[in-house]
Order: sequence, then C-alpha cells, then structure tokens
Amino acid sequence: MTAAGTKLPERASAGPDGLEQPLARVNAPRSFFRGFGDTVGEVWQYRELLGNLIRKELKVKYKDSALGFVWSLLLPLVQLGVYWLVIGKFLGAGAIPTYGVYIFCGLAVWTLFSEILSTATTSIVFNAGLVKKVYFPRELFPLAAVGAAVVNFIFQLVILLVADVIAGLSSHQWPNLSRLPMPILGLVVLVVFATALGLLLAAANVYLRDVQHLITVVLMLWFWVTPIIYNVRRVSGTLPSALYSLYLMNPMAPVVFSFQKFFWPQGEGTEYEFAGNIYGRLGVMLVVGLAFLWLAQRIFAKAQGNFAQEL
Amino acid sequence: MTGTPVIRISDVSKKFVIRKDKSLKERLVNARRSRANVEEFWALRHVDLEVDAGHTLGLIGGNGSGKSTLLKIIGGILTPSDGYVERRGRLAALLELGAGFHGDLTGRENVYLNASILGLSRAQTDQYFGSIVDFSGIEPFIDTQVKFYSSGMYVRLAFAVAIHVDPEILLVDEVLAVGDEPFQRKCLDRIKQFQQDGRTIILVTHSLEQVRQMCDRVVLLESGSVVVDGSPAEAVRHFREVNSEQDHVEQDARRHLLTISNPRTVDAAGNRLTAYPVGASVGVEFDVNAESPVTDWAAGVALTDASGLLIYGTNTVLQNIAVAPISGARTVRFRFDQLPVAEGQYFVTLAVHPKTGPDYHRIDRAMSFQVENSANDPGVLALSPKIEIE
Repeated sequence: MTAAGTKLPERASAGPDGLEQPLARVNAPRSFFRGFGDTVGEVWQYRELLGNLIRKELKVKYKDSALGFVWSLLLPLVQLGVYWLVIGKFLGAGAIPTYGVYIFCGLAVWTLFSEILSTATTSIVFNAGLVKKVYFPRELFPLAAVGAAVVNFIFQLVILLVADVIAGLSSHQWPNLSRLPMPILGLVVLVVFATALGLLLAAANVYLRDVQHLITVVLMLWFWVTPIIYNVRRVSGTLPSALYSLYLMNPMAPVVFSFQKFFWPQGEGTEYEFAGNIYGRLGVMLVVGLAFLWLAQRIFAKAQGNFAQEL
Repeated sequence: MTGTPVIRISDVSKKFVIRKDKSLKERLVNARRSRANVEEFWALRHVDLEVDAGHTLGLIGGNGSGKSTLLKIIGGILTPSDGYVERRGRLAALLELGAGFHGDLTGRENVYLNASILGLSRAQTDQYFGSIVDFSGIEPFIDTQVKFYSSGMYVRLAFAVAIHVDPEILLVDEVLAVGDEPFQRKCLDRIKQFQQDGRTIILVTHSLEQVRQMCDRVVLLESGSVVVDGSPAEAVRHFREVNSEQDHVEQDARRHLLTISNPRTVDAAGNRLTAYPVGASVGVEFDVNAESPVTDWAAGVALTDASGLLIYGTNTVLQNIAVAPISGARTVRFRFDQLPVAEGQYFVTLAVHPKTGPDYHRIDRAMSFQVENSANDPGVLALSPKIEIE
C-alpha cells in the first residue's frame, strides 16, 4: 500500500474555504450576563458529539459484562425489595397503599438525580486526557453524564409502568392521564437542577478532589430528607411548621410528589397524598432552577479556562 | 490566497500557578503557609505572531520553552493570562494521538467517537471510514477492542482518523514520528499533501531535520519568548549555537599511555575556525603526547551530526598508513578537502589506540564546528548539481 493509494477526502471546494470568514477571537471573553446564550448555541453545534459521548458512557459502563444493562435495573429493584420488606413490613409503614409502587416512584427519580450528580462531578477529571488535548465546549462532559443517566432512567420508567399495570389489575385504579404533564414538569425540574449542580460540582472537583467524596455523603443525607420511602404526612406532623416549610423547599420534594401523583393512583384521596399545590411548587422550582442553571454555567465558564492546567 | 493571516497572536502571556497541595485537609493544615506553596511561572511572555494562509510554521525550542503551551493556546485548550489569539477557519489539533480513544471500545467505535471529537459529522465519518481503515492498515482488527492493540496499531488508527479531519489549520505536536518507517513516510507524504492544498500547519517538534524539510518559517522559543522568527536555516542555526555548549565526554580520568590534547579545526590556510561554508576544506588537528615510546599505535577521527548520527569515521589503520613509533609530542592532521555535508553542526570525536585492543585515549565530541549555507536546500549532503533545462 502506497501513500498515493489513499486519497485525501474530497472537499466541496478546491481551496481552503474558511478564509472568507473574518478573524475570530479564540475563547473570546464573554460578558458575564450574556455568555449563557453563546454557550447554549455552541453546545447545540456539538450536539452530535454530545450524542456520541453519551453513547460511549453507556457502552463503556457495561462493556464485557454478561448482564449489561440489567445491572442498572438491578440496584433500584433490590433497593425496592429491601425497603418494601424492611420498612413496609417489619417497621410497619405498610399502611401506605401499594407501598411498593409508592417507593418506586421516589426511587426512580432519586436514582436519576443521584446518578447525574455523582457521574457529572467526576466527568471532567475522568476525561482529563481529552480536556488537555482537544477543544470542544467543556460543558459537554457533565451534559453527557446527564444524558447517560436519563437513558438509564427510561428503563426504570418501564419498570414503573409495569408495576402500575400489575397494581392496577388488582386495585382497578389507573393513572389519570390528565395529570401526565405533572411528572413531565417534575422531570424537567429535576434535570435542570441536577444539570446546574452537576456543572458546579464538575468544575469544583477539578480544583478540589474532595468534592467527589463529599457528594456521596451529601447524597446520602439528601436521600433521607426527601419523602421517598416514608410519607410526608409524618414529617408535617413531627416538624414545627417553619421547619416543615424549609423541608418542602428541597427541590426534589415536589419532583417526587409529581411522580407519586401520577404513577401511584392508589394514593388518590388518601391521607398519604401530598395535599399542597404541586404545579405551583414545580413552577417556582423551575424558575429558581433555570436561574441556578444560568449561574452555574457562568461559574463553570469562568473556571474552565484553567481546567487544562489544573488536571 | 497567501498574505491572508489565518492566525494572529497578540501579546500573549501565560502564567502557570503551581500549587503543591491538593486536598482540603492539606490546604487547611497549610493555610498559613499557603503562600509558600504557590509557585508562579511564566510559560509564555509577550508573544506576538501572525501566520499567513498556506504557510508551515515550525516551533522549536528546548524542553519547557513554551512551544506546546503556545500550541494549546492557539487551539483554545488553554486560555492565555494576557493577550489574545484570533484565527479563522476550521482547526484540528493533533496534540496527542488517540486522546479520545477508549480502551474498552472497538476500533470502529473509537473511529466514530474520535472523529466526532475532532469535528467530523457522522455522515462525513461514514464517507471516510473506508479510507481511514485503509490508511491505518489494521483492517483485520477494526472490530477488536483497542485495549488489545499494540501501541503501533493504536497510533496508526489514531493518526488515520486525525488526518481525515480536513482542517484549514492543522496543529501538530510531536506526533509525526509514529509507527514503523513505511507508515512514517506515509504520514509525511500526507502532511506534504496538506501543504500543497494550501492549508496552514503549525508544527512543534524536536527534530530539527524535520523542521528544515517541512517548514517555510520557524520560530525559536526560549523560556517563553520568541528569540528568532525567520527562515528554518536561521532559526535552527541559532538553536544549535545555544545548545552547543554541552561538555565533551572524556573516556575516563585514568592516566593514558598516549594523550590527546589541543584539538582544533582549521581551514585551508591553517586558521583555526569554528564555522565553515558548505564544501570548504576542513582540517582536524590534534596533538598526541607519549609518556613513554609506543610502537603499536593508530589515530582515528569520527564526525557525527547534532543528532549523534555517524557521518564518517576513519583511522590510520583503515587508511593503510604506516605510523612511525611515537615518543614525545606529535601532531596529527586529518584534512577533508571539500567536506560535502549540508548545513548543520558537526561534532568531532578523536581517539588514539593500538591496532587492536582498547583505546589509549578517546574524547567523544571533543569539539564542534558549524557548516553554513547561504542557500536553503534540504538534505544531509551538500551536492552541487548542474541543472540544465532543455
């Protein structure tokens, strides 16, 4: 095989066609307030790469394992079994109707949230080789972590639907389709918040590796202040009202409520159902979350100039 | 299209801050002394450059002179502490081959991933896939996970992807010397094709020979500043001058039966010089001192180039020259009429030894001299062809 045997890729035009463009500044400083839009546009340009990075994350995770994707389902299923048995049966929280479905509503969204945070946090550091050698928007790394987690979540959603069918067959209570926008809005709030936090943590972890250990501890605590395996009614009965309002400010709380409202029709009208205005809370959280996402991206953008030398 | 700047570097400086602790605990414990744990150093200082379309610019300089940092700043991987870089057109940076490769993925999956990292769309990659595999020459292994590849196969595949990215500006950092010799030739051919297509290349390399062959302009960096910006010959010459102060290597310190002293190079008239024009007459002379009379002896000389390659070596035995027994001091002269070597720096190794057996005295790189050329023809030898066009 000779060099002459391989030809240069064919080009649309004969000469270098980028020369008509004006000189553009590399890594031009962007105004702190308007840089967000530019970055969103840039990420959109690189959407195909983002897709490939997500695919890579998913492929690499279970490469060479016989069960592959089953593993992403096994952990929440085992968790579900343990909580259902220990807390539902042994500790007697079984008063909650179809307790299994109730927990899984919370567990599914929680798994998504914690997976985004833990993988996004290490995304820049784990891809140090790329960060130091190739340029593309650094935001793609945490975003790829978000994307991979969302794909895993879809599989859990399938399990949740199967559980709904099984529970529906015996209780004859089915999800109310008019409430479908509620979990969708909840999912959006979750992804916005998790992405914002993920960006911040990914940047912070470059400078201080403690962050990746800290986040496991924080996630554990956060899990227990979110009404996933216990019922929010117990909290409102135990905490003073000021503390209870603070408790409800947890962005994950309305997300969990929104899923329970839709996927857990057996709770409809019972005392275990959250009585507050879920749409209202989600709306507020979405606005706050978007503002937070903007701020997080701006901080990320400020930090990313030094990533290559800090790694 | 020449004359259009594609890259403009305006007063770029880059400061690195080196912190010596990383964990929260270390920082808290050392909070008071944290100033002492921070070191600043300027990798680049006030660099101004403009690169025109279609040129090949070489960046040379010793280790830590800031070449790679400058390349990364042009590529947008690092942001300068001061100043800015402007550029136009699509850019591909070959800073490390296979930077995006993942060992668990197959060759095929890695080609698609790496191509999209370098900026190719999926449709384009589909189109070039056959050509990429063909170029890499590892077709039988394309569906094997790359962790099972030999290091040669790995870089070949990576280079094949990189070369298909089809950029207007190509940044290359020391990645041309990969694979076996035929593959290296193939890579260099491809780079030449890039040049002929009128694309701009910025090349960081330690191979001065490569610089002379490929670049039409060379920038010499020294501790972060531009020292020379000019023709390859000029920059390479300057770089060699800076680095010629390396000490010659004595064999050892024991007493010698015969001792070499006073090595020198002289021109045709016998004047001691250290620089000669191409094709000049160069004489290598040294004195030999005998502690006691020696009958079995011979003198040898060897010329090496800057990279240590032996250009020529001979001795009195090989030349069948009868050498009279030595006592006291003698002077040995080797004269090369019309030394036909190309521009560069050359080192002279001297030895006196018996006809067989270990050397009496040997000095590796006892001295060096420059050969200078006003023209700029590449190569190892200086030939002076007669050119006729009918």
